[in-house]
Amino acid sequence: MTNRYTRDQMAARVAQDIQEGAYVNLGIGLPTKVANYLPADREVFLHSENGLLGMGPAPAAGEEDDDLINAGKQPVTLLTGGAFFHHADSFAMMRGGHLDICVLGAFQVSAKGDLANWHTGAPDAIPAVGGAMDLALGAKQVFVMMEHQTKTGESKIVEACSYPLTAMTCVSRIYTDMAVLDVTKDGLVVREMAPGLSFEELQAATAAPLKKG
Amino acid sequence: MIDKTFESLERAVADIHDGATVMIGGFGNAGMPSALIDALIAQGARDLTIVNNNAGNGETGLAALLKAKRVRKIICSFPRQADSHHFDALYRAGEIELELTPQGNLAERIRAAGAGIGGFFTPTGYGTQLAEGKETRVIDGRHYVLESPIHADFALIKALRGDRWGNLVYRKTARNFGPIMAMAAKTTIAQVQQVVALGELDPEVIVTPGIFVQRVVKEAA
Repeated sequence: MTNRYTRDQMAARVAQDIQEGAYVNLGIGLPTKVANYLPADREVFLHSENGLLGMGPAPAAGEEDDDLINAGKQPVTLLTGGAFFHHADSFAMMRGGHLDICVLGAFQVSAKGDLANWHTGAPDAIPAVGGAMDLALGAKQVFVMMEHQTKTGESKIVEACSYPLTAMTCVSRIYTDMAVLDVTKDGLVVREMAPGLSFEELQAATAAPLKKG
Repeated sequence: MIDKTFESLERAVADIHDGATVMIGGFGNAGMPSALIDALIAQGARDLTIVNNNAGNGETGLAALLKAKRVRKIICSFPRQADSHHFDALYRAGEIELELTPQGNLAERIRAAGAGIGGFFTPTGYGTQLAEGKETRVIDGRHYVLESPIHADFALIKALRGDRWGNLVYRKTARNFGPIMAMAAKTTIAQVQQVVALGELDPEVIVTPGIFVQRVVKEAA
């Protein structure tokens, strides 16, 4: 599709905003891709909720260790200088405001920065929350990375979330396949748009008012 | 001479009673004390309340305990996974009670029990379904929810090495909930790969001091 960022372009764009020395938690799914675009010469500390800092890439085939996994329960590696710790310490890092950035996927984000990403609310769904609520409130900056619209063309950016909330007024920046938007006191401000897309087209695809940045 | 080591897994879990609250360490299968859980299944205790991050993966460990229908209630943060089919079936049949807790609240509620804290205010969950009906308070302009400690009769945890005083070290991300569950239970039973002599564990790097551990048992004879 034209006028859209690819998922890899979105990941590369998020990676641009992660400075050297940042302590960062990348959520499960699309945000995991961001790690692939952090330059090798930029030292960034990746945190995983299950008790490690200094998370490295997936191990080579045959080198997996069942005792060394990430929050998605996938095998990972530990960088030189990395550390292990127990769950209360790990969540103190998250809840105590020690992480600079977390990058999360979302079902919906509201114009005020409310986040819905843990539960569809479907009556037959088994709810599972994991660390989503802790991350959303604990990190200094919460970046959301998601498709701008659902598969049926509905805006995932809304005036008020219809899905159950993860946390209120927590999102600072939204990266979609159409744009980069900041959540500000004055509403949603467009910082960048996919090449070829007009502001009017972006606004038409978004169920909340946008401002030109 | 104090010796907390047990000769067999069976003896280590023999007094876990029907209706007990049992914390089980692990995040998925990393740190899951499967040898102790197998011994608990063989022992037969039922109507258990289980505290774990998840609700079982695949066929072994906690999933096997659920499959054996020994669990009345589970307190966890993330029950639904691709391989949690035993929990899913029990839940949909109304045969198990679920208390869903954000993962950080779960960890802090366990830690609070171990540290003698009667409750704590946390921002996590405020304004969401998971805080409905709970007491809230505004502190320095921020909204908080009152959460309560989780105490347990027993904790079953997995460590790498332990000594006869109950000092423990863990392995990589298998540490996860082990150290805080050890603090929160009346009786903590640690399954270890290796029992070492007193003094072999460097006192500068002991993760769980033996005061939190009542029983140490080798995972395989």
